[in-house]
Amino acid sequence: MLQNKLVQAPAGTRLLLSGNEATARAVWEAGARVAAAYPGTPSTEILENLAPFPDIYTEWSVNEKVSLEVAIGASLAGSRSFCAMKHVGMNVASDALMTQTLAGVVGGLVIAIADDVGFSSSQNEQDSRYWGRFGHLPILEPADSEETHAMIKSAFDLSETLNTPVIVRMTTRICHVKALVTVGSRVDRPAAGFKKDPNRWVMVPGAAKRRLPMMLARDIELLRESEASAFNRLEEGSDRRIGFITSGPAYMHVRECYPDMPVLKLGFSHPVPMERVRKLADLVERLVVVEETEPLVELELNAAKLPVPIHGKDILPATDELSPAKLLPAIGALLGEAPAEVEEPPPAVTIAPLFPRPPTMCTACPHLGVFYTLSRVRNIHISGDIGCYTLGAGQPWEALDTTISMGASMGIALGLDKGRGATDANKQIVAVIGDSTFLHMGMQGLLDITYNRGNVTIMLLDNRAVGMTGGQENPGSGRDLQGSETGRVDFPKLVEALGVRKERIRVIDPYQLPDLFKAIREEVKIPEPSVIITDQPCVLIDHYKPRTAFTVIDDKCTGCGNCLDVGCPAILVTRRGKEVKPNGKEVDLAFVKIETAACTGCDLCPKTCAPVAIVPVPESSKGCMSHG
Amino acid sequence: MDEGITNLLVVGIGGLGVMTAAEILAETAISLGFDVKKTEVAGMAQRGGVVSSHVRFGKRVLSPVITQGTADFLIGFEAAESLRWVPHLRPGGVALVNDMRIVPPVVSVGLYEYPDNPVQQIRDLGVTVTAFDAGAVAQELGNAKLVNTVMLGAVADLLPFSADALKSCLLDRFRTRKPKLVALNDTAFETGRRIASSKQNR
Repeated sequence: MLQNKLVQAPAGTRLLLSGNEATARAVWEAGARVAAAYPGTPSTEILENLAPFPDIYTEWSVNEKVSLEVAIGASLAGSRSFCAMKHVGMNVASDALMTQTLAGVVGGLVIAIADDVGFSSSQNEQDSRYWGRFGHLPILEPADSEETHAMIKSAFDLSETLNTPVIVRMTTRICHVKALVTVGSRVDRPAAGFKKDPNRWVMVPGAAKRRLPMMLARDIELLRESEASAFNRLEEGSDRRIGFITSGPAYMHVRECYPDMPVLKLGFSHPVPMERVRKLADLVERLVVVEETEPLVELELNAAKLPVPIHGKDILPATDELSPAKLLPAIGALLGEAPAEVEEPPPAVTIAPLFPRPPTMCTACPHLGVFYTLSRVRNIHISGDIGCYTLGAGQPWEALDTTISMGASMGIALGLDKGRGATDANKQIVAVIGDSTFLHMGMQGLLDITYNRGNVTIMLLDNRAVGMTGGQENPGSGRDLQGSETGRVDFPKLVEALGVRKERIRVIDPYQLPDLFKAIREEVKIPEPSVIITDQPCVLIDHYKPRTAFTVIDDKCTGCGNCLDVGCPAILVTRRGKEVKPNGKEVDLAFVKIETAACTGCDLCPKTCAPVAIVPVPESSKGCMSHG
Repeated sequence: MDEGITNLLVVGIGGLGVMTAAEILAETAISLGFDVKKTEVAGMAQRGGVVSSHVRFGKRVLSPVITQGTADFLIGFEAAESLRWVPHLRPGGVALVNDMRIVPPVVSVGLYEYPDNPVQQIRDLGVTVTAFDAGAVAQELGNAKLVNTVMLGAVADLLPFSADALKSCLLDRFRTRKPKLVALNDTAFETGRRIASSKQNR
């Protein structure tokens, strides 16, 4: 039996693969020798799936810019190279991209950018196809796993033929949809080795200026390739009332809803093959551009002065995923069909609104104690960052006031300190950042705080993993992408080297609430940069060891609800009540139990329980419990 | 618009095996020669969020998404989540529900109420539903993780392919990865199957 089908399946095998898995296989088949990425939804699984393949070096980089630079370096050495990132990752990497596109490539250089269309786990919904326009480079857009596999392989050839980095724009519905793919075999591409050429690889103004006309000339080549590309396909149809122009997963929705209408399917979507568009325009009464998310193709069509009306974002949303449910009424209305004729199936039933189920921190998460404590410290502003701890803004903690981008908690904190308004005079500034985010882009911000004598207390939550994306390794884990041992960054030494005085660096166990509370209270009062490092691992990573679970002695629970403020999902309310205090004030009571099967015995909630109602499960009753 | 396409919607929350169950259903459809697309919305599933997995199979499947009102089957791994997704069923669609309740912190802290009886609400909407606490069944069998195997067994006789095809796909998966668990999963599958058939006859 095959232990890893993706790696071991012989050429010609048909596998059910996600877009991310198909990408990994295709990168290997294309003969790539180096691949790098920083984890980010929905792209994370590309490198995870690529890591077990032979004959290719793979790594988690500290951030997306470094991952692209590693790929560029490998390309200069003559290796086919690859990097993957989520959409916002390219904001970080773009400094390298925007100059390398002038310099070009040696070994094929392919960048997969996964746009989180629909905000499944991101702070914005930017459209990565802009980078093609911005950087004068081609954009390929697959519509499913099979096409992803074909396009990634083709992108390496294209990169070498046109001497340019190539971007493959994926979306959540490509990355995480599984469909059948016929896999191929690897073609070895030995690297020729780095050849010194300062005029090309040393991008000083003189050299860069000489490359500019070459890049502009390349635009013409790109257009020729796009016009000729098999990935751009005109599918004729008998119902000529509309001609669709569509790309990515939206193509599937269009085809499913309107099998008889002509479609120009754009796979090589930048530059837009305008001759093909004109052919379609000649066939139909009107064009409808169906693209996720921005109206990029539509704008270019509008500028091309076509002989028929062009519709797009006037009838379709410019945000979120498209779907048959969104297409059918919009197109129906455009065709003047009465809503009743539109084929949208009515829901069989409707239901009353239900409670939401927002993401929450895990049972026994080491961040629980941090946010329980921060929620009880008065007069602080808390700048947050990107990671699981962003959830600290939500219920029950409400202990995080800002989040924008990776590492921003540092600069924002300094800005909140230096730009204080009248109402902030008595406020202390706290920044909260995780280990991986700190190493990704937070270190520079901390250096800025120490250099400029900021008054900020930094909570560095070191859980030794990239938690939000599923516990991937980073330089703070002591393990690499392959799970092999490597050096673990020493955070106290690192922050000391960045200018924080040794006396102002504390390492605290976040399950020890009194210690944590004392440390935060003391450090915020001291008007200089301080760093409190919490040092307990993410509960999702393999070497987390559960301990004896806790239970609630029903008779002892007074219903005070303190433990609920921890926010642990294993603490459940059994009944509610009211009590009149001696001072005449009525308070709500919530009596609790602990879901023993879920509890891992982190010993946090007992520290919030004055009547000592939360105790370890007695030895005698352990036998009947299951941890699954 | 869905000529010959079967839409299976598998829903729940992270950690219950929703995605694995959907994967096994998809693999079964492939083994029977169907084209298949399977998609998840599970951005923060590991953080207790809602997970839905769409499995579509037929001669040729284009869009991976099951449109509201078109699911043939709803396989719900948690009581309130099943109720949440009922509008995705087509008229005459069938629901199989694990009547286990997982109460989120937003309910525990008193911001929202958990519905009194989600399964009864589904029934009151006129939907054909088979429901039982598959979580409790899995616990009785000795491993909470068996819940998705129990659920697959329970749905096996409702689907448009043979229960044996589904079971052999499921057990093949364990033979490859965890051979020691084959017998236990076989038992869990048959237990789910038996309970579901007794519920339907009632």
